[in-house]
Amino acid sequence: MSYGLRVFFVGGLMSYRALFNWLSPWILIPSFLVAPLFQILLFTYVGRAAGLESDRFYVIGNAIQYAAIPCLFAMGNTIGGERWQQTLPLILGTPAPRIPLFLGRALPVVGNGFVVAAVALVVGSAILGVRVPLGAVAPIALATAVSALSCTGLGLVNAALGLRVREVAVLSNVIFGVLLVFCGVNVAVGDLPGWMQPISNALPLTHGIEAARRLADGVAFGGVTGLLGTELAIGAAYMALGYGLLRFFETMSRRHATLERA
Amino acid sequence: MRTIRLLALGWLFHVKGLTSSGFFVLTSTVQPVIFASIAFFMFEAGARPGTLLYVALGAGLMGVWSSTLFGAGGAIQWQRWQGTLEITVSAPTPFLLVMIPMTISAASIGLYSIAATLFWGRVFFGVPLHFAHPWLFVLALPATLLGLGLLGLVMASTFVLYRQASAFQNLLEYPVWLITGLLVPLALLPGWVAPIGWVLSPYWGMRAVRESALGGDPLVPIGMCVGLAAVYLVLGALFLANFERLARKHATLSLT
Repeated sequence: MSYGLRVFFVGGLMSYRALFNWLSPWILIPSFLVAPLFQILLFTYVGRAAGLESDRFYVIGNAIQYAAIPCLFAMGNTIGGERWQQTLPLILGTPAPRIPLFLGRALPVVGNGFVVAAVALVVGSAILGVRVPLGAVAPIALATAVSALSCTGLGLVNAALGLRVREVAVLSNVIFGVLLVFCGVNVAVGDLPGWMQPISNALPLTHGIEAARRLADGVAFGGVTGLLGTELAIGAAYMALGYGLLRFFETMSRRHATLERA
Repeated sequence: MRTIRLLALGWLFHVKGLTSSGFFVLTSTVQPVIFASIAFFMFEAGARPGTLLYVALGAGLMGVWSSTLFGAGGAIQWQRWQGTLEITVSAPTPFLLVMIPMTISAASIGLYSIAATLFWGRVFFGVPLHFAHPWLFVLALPATLLGLGLLGLVMASTFVLYRQASAFQNLLEYPVWLITGLLVPLALLPGWVAPIGWVLSPYWGMRAVRESALGGDPLVPIGMCVGLAAVYLVLGALFLANFERLARKHATLSLT
């Protein structure tokens, strides 16, 4: 395996394990798999009280949006955690190529986000009796994976900001809330005020959630490829922005000797 | 008199301390505003528009629960990390009297949440701020904070025994929002859920605040908040004494 690939795969996996290895699986697994179910239930019942949308609308929206928890927090903590443990200067002091170094850390997070959203979709649907056409299962899984990938791009931006912001967890919480409001998770983008809609369309998850909902409504995969392509493009744009910000802040931190001080 | 002074000054000290934390201020203002906004949009777009003041107060109380859960639940653990636990335990003042203002102040930070959601609702969604029983509303708020703060004392004294409690705390946020009816009427939930909410002060706090604002009889829920607070105080004192005994016996007071 070449040096760059080793940094990408082995380094990424080690970084991911370091994030959660201290935590018992008895806590880690419910945190990822049980918590989204309560978000689904809360908004489904609010939706029932408001008489707004079907249960399926909330199950799909909230399950896919919950992928943002690992995508934002895990990515943010890859930088914040390294600084906290005082290993950040060591990592950035190595000659390791930066693209595999940073993007390798994103790969396990994409997988984590996908698993969280997929389990929430399946279990949430089972609890609330939501049915999806059998033929739509694989395309919805793909839409979920694309959404997790695209949200990890935003997570990389969050990680980069971690070089400047001390409270990475607060920042992650705020971004999570913004996604919850703007991405059409509980209120269709068309029902949001006009000034919010352009922002919704520029955020990850919006198009992925919409694609998954259309697939669940019986639309053929060919009918949502445009949405999924847009979702991927948005994710790639955030990924590029995140990488650029990481390099920029790294350079500035070296110049001002502020790597360990946010 | 000295005890009252200790409790009052302790409360003020910790409110100031928590207010200086970006995490707490943002969590207690931004998060409830986000949930309130979503609920406002849902009820505005829905076929059965709900009372917006009902939503604003519910979202505010969600913030009170979050600040209690994270502020009070981890109060002892934080003292460990900051190296002040040994000092407070070995001080001549009973440890219980040191902890009570700490957990009540964490719940009090939730007042920012209620203020934020009412302000946000009024300015951006035109929520009418007409309170049916304004004086009872003023009484309901401290009763609610007392009930939640002393529930926080029970959490603080039990969570400290488990190293992974901080991760477990995250799991308790949504379920309590749901089963205490903060945003969703309990009548919509399965029948077995309601009795769980009855033993939790957020349920009675929500009723006290809502019934004083929207009309109803808030005196019963206010009384329940105070009554539950007394029960939590007894439980918290027992658990805290047990924690202190175990920590001294095994010499684990400062060990995380």
